[in-house]
Amino acid sequence: MKEPLLEVKGITKKFGNLLANNDVSFNVNKGEIVGLIGPNGAGKTTLFNCITGMYKTDGGQVFFRGRDITNMAPDRICKQGLTRTFQIVKTIKELTVRENVMTGAFLHTNRLKEAEEVADEILELTNLREKAEQPGNSLTIADRKRLEIARVLATRPEMLMLDEAMAGLNQTEIREAMELCLKIKREGITLLIVEHIMEAIMPISDRIVVLNAGEKLIEDKPDIVANNDEVIKAYLGEGYHAKSKKY
Amino acid sequence: MNKKKILFILLIVIALLPLAIKSNNFRHIMILFVLFAGLGEAWNIITGYAGQTSFGHAAFFGIGAYTSAVFVWKFGILPWYGLLAGGIIALVVASIVSYPAFKLSGHYFAIATLAIGEIILQVFVSWDYVAGATGIMIPMKERGLLNMQFHPRNKLAYFYIIFALFVFVLIITYLVESSKMGFYLKTIRESHEAARALGINTTRYKLYAMGISAFLTAILGGFYAQYVMYIDPFMVFPLSISMQIVLLTVLGGLGNIFGPIIGAAILIPLSQYTRIIFGGTGMGLDLIIFGLLVVVIACYQPHGLVGLIQNIRQKGVEEDERTPARG
Ligand SMILES: Nc1ncnc2c1ncn2[C@@H]1O[C@H](COP(=O)(O)OP(=O)(O)O)[C@@H](O)[C@H]1O
Ligand SMILES: [Mg+2]
Repeated sequence: MKEPLLEVKGITKKFGNLLANNDVSFNVNKGEIVGLIGPNGAGKTTLFNCITGMYKTDGGQVFFRGRDITNMAPDRICKQGLTRTFQIVKTIKELTVRENVMTGAFLHTNRLKEAEEVADEILELTNLREKAEQPGNSLTIADRKRLEIARVLATRPEMLMLDEAMAGLNQTEIREAMELCLKIKREGITLLIVEHIMEAIMPISDRIVVLNAGEKLIEDKPDIVANNDEVIKAYLGEGYHAKSKKY
Repeated sequence: MNKKKILFILLIVIALLPLAIKSNNFRHIMILFVLFAGLGEAWNIITGYAGQTSFGHAAFFGIGAYTSAVFVWKFGILPWYGLLAGGIIALVVASIVSYPAFKLSGHYFAIATLAIGEIILQVFVSWDYVAGATGIMIPMKERGLLNMQFHPRNKLAYFYIIFALFVFVLIITYLVESSKMGFYLKTIRESHEAARALGINTTRYKLYAMGISAFLTAILGGFYAQYVMYIDPFMVFPLSISMQIVLLTVLGGLGNIFGPIIGAAILIPLSQYTRIIFGGTGMGLDLIIFGLLVVVIACYQPHGLVGLIQNIRQKGVEEDERTPARG
C-alpha cells in the first residue's frame, strides 16, 4: 500500500545567498516512519519550517492528502492534520503537564471537561500520567520532549513531524523515546522524524532521507543508506558505522 | 485555601472598608484604588495572559471617558449607555489599530501602542466637536443612580458603582483565564510558533484579547468621567495613566488575578499621600518611588509581589510537612 500522504516537490529556500534547501523532493506514505537525517546545518529544520508553513518557500510545492498546502498558514495546516514539534522545546512553564496537553486538545472542542479527557488519554499513551499535576517547568529535558509530543498528539494529527526529539537524552530515555515513536505509529499516525542519533533513527524508520548542504543525497531503506559510501563520507563518519550495528 | 475563596474574602474586605472608615478622603482613595485595580485587570488580559505589551491603554480609558461625557453633554443620554457605547467604540478602535500592529513582533508592538496612545491624545486635543483642549463639563442632572450623579460628598454611592464594575471586570477576567481562550493566550505568550503548530490562529486570539481588554478599560474610563464630572484630553489620555496601569500590574504580578489588586493597593495610596504632602502633582515623587519598587521587584521576583507571597507560603507548607518527620 504505497499511498503518499505527504508529497514534497522541489522545495527551495534561500537565506540571502545561502541555499538552505535546494530542490528537495520526497514522499511520505501513509503509516510509515521516515527518518530525515543529515549533518548539522544540512537544512532539516528549514525544511520542516517550509513544509509546515512557518517559512515562505522560494520554490516548490507541498501536498498533504493530495491538497496543495504550500505556504498555507501553520495553524491551518495543523487543522488539516499535519503538525510538528520543535528542536527547542516550548513548554508552557506556568501550566501543569495536563494543562499543557489540553492546549492541543482544544483544537477539537471548546469544553474544558472534554479537553481534560483527551489530555488524560494522551498522557496515558505517552507515559506522563503520574506527572499530570506537575508544573511544566519542573520536568526533566526528556519529559519535556515527551510533553511536546503529547501536546501535538492532542490535536489528533494524521501525520506528525518531530525535530530532534531525542537530543540531550540518555540511553534509557532514547530507548523509551524510540518505543514511543513505534507506539504512535501503531496508533495509525504517520511520522517524519529528524534525528541526529543514528542508533535511534535507523532501527525505527521504514525509509531514510539524507539531506546534505541543502540537497537530498539519497532516499532508501535504512540498511542501504547506512552502507552508502557517499552518506558515510558526508555524515556517518561521526562515530557510526553500519558494520558495527548495535541494535 | 483556594484562589476563589481568597479572592471572595478580599472583595468583602474591600467592599466593607469605606463603610467602616467614614472619611471622604479615604473613600476617594478607595474609589481610585478599585478603579486602577480594574484597569490593571483589564490590561492583564492582553499583556499578562497574551504577552502582548501595551503602553497605550490610556487611549481606551480616554475613549470611554469621552464617550460617556459626550453622551450626557451633547445628547442628554444616560451615562450607562455611554459606558456601554464607549466600551464598544474602544473595542472597534482597538481591533482596527491592533490588527496591523500584531504583525509586528515583541518590542515593536509595544512601541506601536505607545505611538497610538499619543496619536489619539493629539486627535482629541484638536477635535472641535469634543471641545478640544478645553475639555467637557458634564452638566448637572437630577441626582440618582440613573444619572450616576450624587451629592458631591456622597462618595459611598460612587464607590459601590465602581466596585460593581470592578467585580464585572473580575468575572470577565476569570472567564477568560479559565476557558479555552485563557489556555490559548498563555500558549501564545510562551511561543507564537508553538501556538500555531497547535492550530491556534494567533492573530485572531490576540485580537479577541485586545478587544476585551479595551472594552473593559473604556467602561472604567466612562465611570471616571462621571465621577470627576470634568475631563480634558490631558486628564484621560496621558501617558502617565498607561504607565500607572503597567507599573501597578507588574509590581503586583503580571498574568495573575491578584496582581493588579495588590499593585493598586500600594500605588494609589502612595500617589495620593505624596500629593497631600508635597502638594499639586506630588512632583511625580509617587512614580519615582514606585518605579524603584518595580525595578527591585523585577530584579528579584519576576512574578511580582504575588510571586513573593506564593514563595513564602510554599516555604511554610514545606516546613509543615517536615515537622512530623522530625518528631
Ligand atoms: N532564519 C534563518 N536565517 C538565516 N539563516 C538560517 C535561518 N535558519 C537556518 N539558517 C541557515 O540555514 C542552514 C540550515 O539550517 P537548519 O535548517 O537549521 O539545519 P539543520 O536543522 O539541518 O541543522 C544553516 O546554515 C543555518 O545557519
Ligand atoms: Mg535543526
